[in-house]
Amino acid sequence: MPEATFLDANELVINMGPQHPATHGVLRVKLRLDGERVLGTECIIGYLHRGVEKIAENRTYAQFTPYVDRMDYCAAVTNGMGYVEAVEKLLGVEIPPRAQYTRMILAELQRIASHLIWLGTHALDIGAMTPVFYTFREREEVLKIFEEYCGARLTTHAFRIGGLQYDLYDGFERNVVKFCDYFLPKIDEYEQLLTKNRIWIRRTRNIGILSAEDAIALGVTGPVLRGSGVKWDIRKAQPYEAYDKVEFDVPVGEHGDTYDRYLVRMAEMRQSVRIIRQCVERLGPGPIFGKVGKVIKPPAGEVYHSIEAPKGELGYYVVSDGTVNPYRVRVRPPSLLNLQALDKMARGHLIADVVAIIGTIDIVLGEVDR
Amino acid sequence: MADEKKEPPKAAEGVGGGSLAKPDAGAPSKSPAPAGAGSGVPAAPAKPPAAAPPKPAAAVPPKPAAPKAPVKPDPWSSPLLDELQKRFPGAISEAVIFRNMPSLNVAKEHLVAICQFLKGPDGGAYTLLTDETAADYPKRERRFDVVYHLYTFEGNTRLRLRVQLGAEEKVASVTSIWPTANWLEREIYDMFGVVFEGHPDLKRILLPDEWVGHPLRKDYDILKQDEAWVKANLGIKSGQ
Repeated sequence: MPEATFLDANELVINMGPQHPATHGVLRVKLRLDGERVLGTECIIGYLHRGVEKIAENRTYAQFTPYVDRMDYCAAVTNGMGYVEAVEKLLGVEIPPRAQYTRMILAELQRIASHLIWLGTHALDIGAMTPVFYTFREREEVLKIFEEYCGARLTTHAFRIGGLQYDLYDGFERNVVKFCDYFLPKIDEYEQLLTKNRIWIRRTRNIGILSAEDAIALGVTGPVLRGSGVKWDIRKAQPYEAYDKVEFDVPVGEHGDTYDRYLVRMAEMRQSVRIIRQCVERLGPGPIFGKVGKVIKPPAGEVYHSIEAPKGELGYYVVSDGTVNPYRVRVRPPSLLNLQALDKMARGHLIADVVAIIGTIDIVLGEVDR
Repeated sequence: MADEKKEPPKAAEGVGGGSLAKPDAGAPSKSPAPAGAGSGVPAAPAKPPAAAPPKPAAAVPPKPAAPKAPVKPDPWSSPLLDELQKRFPGAISEAVIFRNMPSLNVAKEHLVAICQFLKGPDGGAYTLLTDETAADYPKRERRFDVVYHLYTFEGNTRLRLRVQLGAEEKVASVTSIWPTANWLEREIYDMFGVVFEGHPDLKRILLPDEWVGHPLRKDYDILKQDEAWVKANLGIKSGQ
């Protein structure tokens, strides 16, 4: 879709990636340029394609659970949560409250960890080197909590279809609350570095503007959609687990630019802390496993279940034919569809801004390519 | 890798039998054994339906897994459906609701018109196409399902549309209605070989352009691959 340019003869096509450090993995973007200006982009993806959906058809429901962690490897907990909930919906089982609140605590911690990676790398891409050291310091604390809970830091496989495998260890609540107390002032610290920083504002204000209409038309979800001013969060709109029992706000932006998306995510981390505190309070004793058989054999049927993952709507479409293997598992990754908006956001900006825009979409290529 | 075809009753008990059991063994307060998840908890109202390997003694099979009347989708009725049937007579062959999600089977010829209507204010303002995907049922007469998941912000509901296609049939693209569909349809084309008419740029998205075959078709074995491509491009005999 070429647009008229001042000097067509000078149009230049260059490749960004797949080994470019600012493409967060193996994303390749073909840029059409007029000088430094971007006339159009084309994303070439698939370098990390592992055929996850095909694997699912050849595994049992339970066997497939660890695989989903490897899609968005920055947010394995929420990935697993979406999948086990989808299968639970298919089975029609209820999860006991203790398991629900545990899941929510871990999922919100994961949201914080995911946003911290985003913040660190996004700032690093734009040229602010300090925040990445700060954010990884705090992320480490989150990972320690995961590690103590289930033994893994990154690909946690924290949940099982029907509930949890492990009950909480003694002192889990204390650790989580300690983290919350420790973490809140740290957000202010990041904000001190960036929010009023003139260079940061210059690099993010009015960059990559996405209007609400465009965002919806392109199927963008999550913080990117909220940055464009659409107050939509699946945790509020169609609550799962016990999100309808906790209080939190849904931050939205006004202009739909990179700076607003930054503010939205910063506010979301604060809200996550708020959710975690409420969950810890409600975490009563009780069973951690619903009525699920040893062999998971859902009735024939199909469900679509989606959750608010750190990056947007993470959906699972699971089709059962009544056997122990899923007939079809489709993953609706937020990163893939958010990335589709790159072209819209990048047109007319400079090459250096493309880096900022890729950062602000917050993609993980493991999830884009699956 | 070689076990992809195994019938997994044993492996299926993996509700908790996963490989992560070890690292947590250090936490002595609760039994980390997956079996304990059910029995270690006093309030658990029922034993897990013992469809699985015989458990030692205690597992009194409480009426084999209580297979109540098989769970079936219920017929769906709503004003929207009536409106659709009025406007597009004969276009909707099935309307069911399962697990709170209504699902409509739509005739291929009417797909675009129905989508256009659903997106508009009269049709419920389904402005967000959350997902579009496909599934392959080779034993059926019309082999492919193309599945659309819609969402409306106003009504806060989801709706599933399904179009059934024969092996060589094409379907109209919905990119003109929801630009989201662009990459999603490319992915379906890539994985299933379904061709979308009117798509602006229909080519493979995840696999290399020259790849032969469509991996998510049921007759494409999990170990299968485009060996010619692998050999030519990666310089190895096989990717396995």
